[in-house]
Amino acid sequence: MTLREGAPVADAMMELTETSPCAGLLPLRIGGWALEEVPPGALTLIAPYKGQEQALSAALEAVHGMGFPAPNRSHAAREASLIWFGRAQALLIGPPAAEDLAPLAALTDVSDGWAMVRLEGAGAEDVLARLVPLDLRPQVFEIGHSARTELKHMMASITKVEENAFQIMVFRSLARTLVHDLKRAMEAVAARG
Amino acid sequence: MRICCPLCGARDRREYSYRGAALPLPDLAADVEVWHAHVHLRQNPAGPLEELWQHEMGCGAWLKVTRNTATHEILAVTLAEEACA
Ligand SMILES: [Zn+2]
Repeated sequence: MTLREGAPVADAMMELTETSPCAGLLPLRIGGWALEEVPPGALTLIAPYKGQEQALSAALEAVHGMGFPAPNRSHAAREASLIWFGRAQALLIGPPAAEDLAPLAALTDVSDGWAMVRLEGAGAEDVLARLVPLDLRPQVFEIGHSARTELKHMMASITKVEENAFQIMVFRSLARTLVHDLKRAMEAVAARG
Repeated sequence: MRICCPLCGARDRREYSYRGAALPLPDLAADVEVWHAHVHLRQNPAGPLEELWQHEMGCGAWLKVTRNTATHEILAVTLAEEACA
């Protein structure tokens, strides 16, 4: 957006349009895989206050239908998911966090802070094996499993959301690099036939 | 070299950052010589050593790791928050 000379600020504000982190980069189809951006809705980082872990988990269960996830795990409910996001942290994806949680945990709105993509297709773990130092084969990394790990030197969150489908998150500023690296890996594995 | 994060499980060394020797902190009012020793003086043993590592590319937790400096064998790992409790 450019600000027109002399235009009232209110007019200029009207021209603001929301741009998703991977706008213009996705979707991609290479080999048998599809790479698509996931519209995330709200993202809220939930960090329990000391001693409030159990009360928080009960409150989450009551208002969002999902308890606080164990390390390396995630929960999915209608239109919402809750993934373990590191030591004493979970990320609520979809709806805004309920106010009832505020006394029990630090709630940080990180919407727009992360790029979120979905890699889907048989053997998607072979593509990720080029980039991630984790065993993501289905017999090891099952549906609902989630990991904080690195993806080609980027801090990432990887969740197995469905059979043959991974959700991958990196900081928004790394969206273009993420798409580039995934595209290269998809092409490389596809070329092997 | 792999370190078994108590939260994430066994992970490659590249996910971790070295944060120095795991030492008890001197009293803030301690003598300058005590602080000098804390900051600068190390035994540098060839053998087991207690160190701090951060699972920086993973869960972010600080870990107290006992590593054999001669063999890189990892002898023990605990969350630093528990080690200090
Ligand atoms: Zn960890």
